[in-house]
Amino acid sequence: MEERIRFRLNGQECEIQVAPDRMLLWVLRTDLGLTGTKYGCGIGICGACTVVVNGEAVRSCQTPVGAIRGKEVLTIEGLSQDGQLHPLQKAFAEHDALQCGYCTPGMIMSAYSLLRKNPHPTREEIIAWMEGNLCRCGAHPRIVRAIEHIAREGKSEGGTP
Amino acid sequence: MRNVNAYLETDFHDHPLQRVIGRRDFLRLSGGGLVVLFTLPRLAGQVQAQGRELPEDPNAYLRIDEDGTVTCFTGKIEMGQGVITSLAQMLAEELDVPLGAVKMVMGDTAFCPWDMGTFGSRTTRFFGPALRQAGATARQALLELASEHFSLPVDDLATADGFVYLRREPSRRIAYGQLVRGKRIERRAKTEVHVKSPSQFKVMGKAVPRTDAILKVTGKAQYSADLRLPGMLYARLLRPPAHGARLVSVNTDRARSFPGAIVVEEGELVAVLHEKPDLAERALQLIEARFETPEPTVDHETIFDHLLKVARPGELVAQGGDLETGQRMASRRFRATYLNDYVAHAPIEPHAAVATVEGHRLTVWASTQTPFPLQEQIAREFGLALEDVRVITPFVGGGFGGKSANRQALEAVRLAKLTGRPVQVAWSREEEFFFDTFRPAAIVTIDAGVATDGRLCYWDYHVYYAGSRGSEHFYDIPHHRTLASGTGWQGGPGSHPFATGPWRAPANNTNTFARESHIDLMAAEIRTDPVEFRLKHLTDPRMRRLLEVAAGRFGWKSAPHPTGRGYGVACGIDSGTYVVTMVEVEVNRGTGEVKVRRALAAQDMGICVNPEGARLQMEGCTMMGLGYALTEHIRFRGGEILDRNFDTYEIARFSWLPEIDTIIVENNSLEPQGGGEPAIITVGGAVANAIFDATGVRLYRLPMTPERLKAALAEQAR
Ligand code: FES
Ligand code: FES
Repeated sequence: MEERIRFRLNGQECEIQVAPDRMLLWVLRTDLGLTGTKYGCGIGICGACTVVVNGEAVRSCQTPVGAIRGKEVLTIEGLSQDGQLHPLQKAFAEHDALQCGYCTPGMIMSAYSLLRKNPHPTREEIIAWMEGNLCRCGAHPRIVRAIEHIAREGKSEGGTP
Repeated sequence: MRNVNAYLETDFHDHPLQRVIGRRDFLRLSGGGLVVLFTLPRLAGQVQAQGRELPEDPNAYLRIDEDGTVTCFTGKIEMGQGVITSLAQMLAEELDVPLGAVKMVMGDTAFCPWDMGTFGSRTTRFFGPALRQAGATARQALLELASEHFSLPVDDLATADGFVYLRREPSRRIAYGQLVRGKRIERRAKTEVHVKSPSQFKVMGKAVPRTDAILKVTGKAQYSADLRLPGMLYARLLRPPAHGARLVSVNTDRARSFPGAIVVEEGELVAVLHEKPDLAERALQLIEARFETPEPTVDHETIFDHLLKVARPGELVAQGGDLETGQRMASRRFRATYLNDYVAHAPIEPHAAVATVEGHRLTVWASTQTPFPLQEQIAREFGLALEDVRVITPFVGGGFGGKSANRQALEAVRLAKLTGRPVQVAWSREEEFFFDTFRPAAIVTIDAGVATDGRLCYWDYHVYYAGSRGSEHFYDIPHHRTLASGTGWQGGPGSHPFATGPWRAPANNTNTFARESHIDLMAAEIRTDPVEFRLKHLTDPRMRRLLEVAAGRFGWKSAPHPTGRGYGVACGIDSGTYVVTMVEVEVNRGTGEVKVRRALAAQDMGICVNPEGARLQMEGCTMMGLGYALTEHIRFRGGEILDRNFDTYEIARFSWLPEIDTIIVENNSLEPQGGGEPAIITVGGAVANAIFDATGVRLYRLPMTPERLKAALAEQAR
């Protein structure tokens, strides 16, 4: 049965009429037209669908939309503010931390949640945290470097506004 | 409250739906700003498949608008390999425009010159020269136009940054866009046009960041499944449990009563369509179907015996000297058989396509490496004229050779025709594994010998099912023969229980693993350092230099293996590029797990167009290669695929990340060679040899899983 579900999406109030057991991934991609969040495995293993809910990285393919009622959802589309790239996005672009780019939104959202919790992670901490995000193109070395760069600069302002 | 509909305004202005138009029509329609139609000189016509050549007319490759924007048209597609950047660099170089002025239109059959597909590291090697020639020819035409404009001889003029200027008075200049404005020019270039030589390069050969990076880090880059046309339906299709299974009965009643679901049944095609993809999937689950699955006759363990039984006779790939003479010379002979399991492509983006029918015209957006062959496939299968079918290729989320069969696009077309609505078919991960055209399981037998002087005297090599690419050795061996049973990667009827196909550097991973393992094995047996042993049998100066450079950079310490250090080396050649990989591994004897601590990839790829892009590919190849070396394999029972998601099919993860070093040795005497594939071919062999150096145990089968290594170590202990 469809219900009215309200939450904050990328800093704005959002209300949709939707069956609460539908997965957030598909609601984002179709009902809300935000296709930056990707499908990769559907079982919570690849991380392509990662979004940030109340500061925590979650797998949107495993998160029923009913579970985000009243929460704050951040997707890749909400990361740049006023046309300014988020430092992480900039770092990914500058470090060539991508090839096909399909895993990239999930990578950035995972990294975002890490830096929110821990603004200066070590290389080991970065690697451990990112373990659940798969990249088939092998962009791993650059991804780690991009995150390390931000960790050193301590430039991630973390939290959603 | 935010109007959520604002999110739905997907921007399709780049993708006109209505008109499927030819490039000529487009040029006519686009009116002003049209360039330079001229016919000569003839471009170095590169024959593609079916005897087709790349066009001679530079207008097929580029357009200059009044505002100075240069559009580059290529049938190649971007799937991560970075040609969106390197092709733009080539055009910018030859045309003398800033890199940022070049806009790429890729894999759109309405605008781009015909192309056989993006694979085989062919983009830079074969499309590249034609594109550069087109750019150089257009620049010459612009110079001639400017010479009329200034009433000065061409020799008094020069070009830079999209302008033609007077050599003596550089402030007097005219922009390309202005030169071509409102004119329709058809001319023959008066002189023969040459592309630039490496010493003249300003854009090529420079490390530049990817031009698609911003789109990709903001989530704006569109992949096929991101397209949503008005009225579009998402389709989920009923799939058999195994290859070869037949649908016996099906009941779709419950699916039909699912709100909003449309069910299509046409023979074996049973699909549910819905405005929401996840709801289409739910409705699909309500279908009751019975399949008849044939009794499995092979599985992932028995497959090799089966394959050998039905193998075709070997075709001669290369030979020299006389094998029998070589065998008589041998003081020691070494025979071994090398195996590798089936491997999946597993791009993180599964296959997807959107199809829409407007009257008798059809537009398809597809995740494909072969837009033009797809256009032909569709025209043939649905009885349409070629010009009524337009294929557009959005960004492709990884291909590796696995996105050429286009099944998903044909499904989307069929369903769009049946429903009369735009339809998206996006495969689930399970479908992606099920329909993958796997890298074939393969067998290599090698019989080789060393004479009393420690030199290789014969080499008898036979590869089955992998294909012949990379099977020819490059060592100095007087008596040798190389045979291939099946020179391609499709096994032929009665061999593989499912489809197989090209996988990044097809055949060469198998061949290089086998050859380099065997070379290493012999070096160890005669107590010679493996690098020294290779150098002793290498006369090719390119490979010698590369191996020496690599050994120096890696800090290779000469000693017969095994040393316990865990060092491994492998050499290979792919797509004209020479590559050496060296790794250092650590083996956990208890668990059989292998950790690659550091890896060096060294490459001689001729002229390197984009060093940064090339390094990215080398790193990517190294990471992806660790997967096929250590964990990746498809398990199956007959036509039933047992590994169908990333839970059991393990690809390389962050924790595997070695310290990766890359070297590109300069070689400007050679045209650019392949870059997207070569550095993967040596990973399996280098890791196998490193495991041997660490443990004294050699594994003859890929992948070298912890279970397999543990078993081999246990065997050694006995
Ligand atoms: S799609 Fe959600 S984790 Fe893979
Ligand atoms: S960049 Fe292609 S999957 Fe990561």
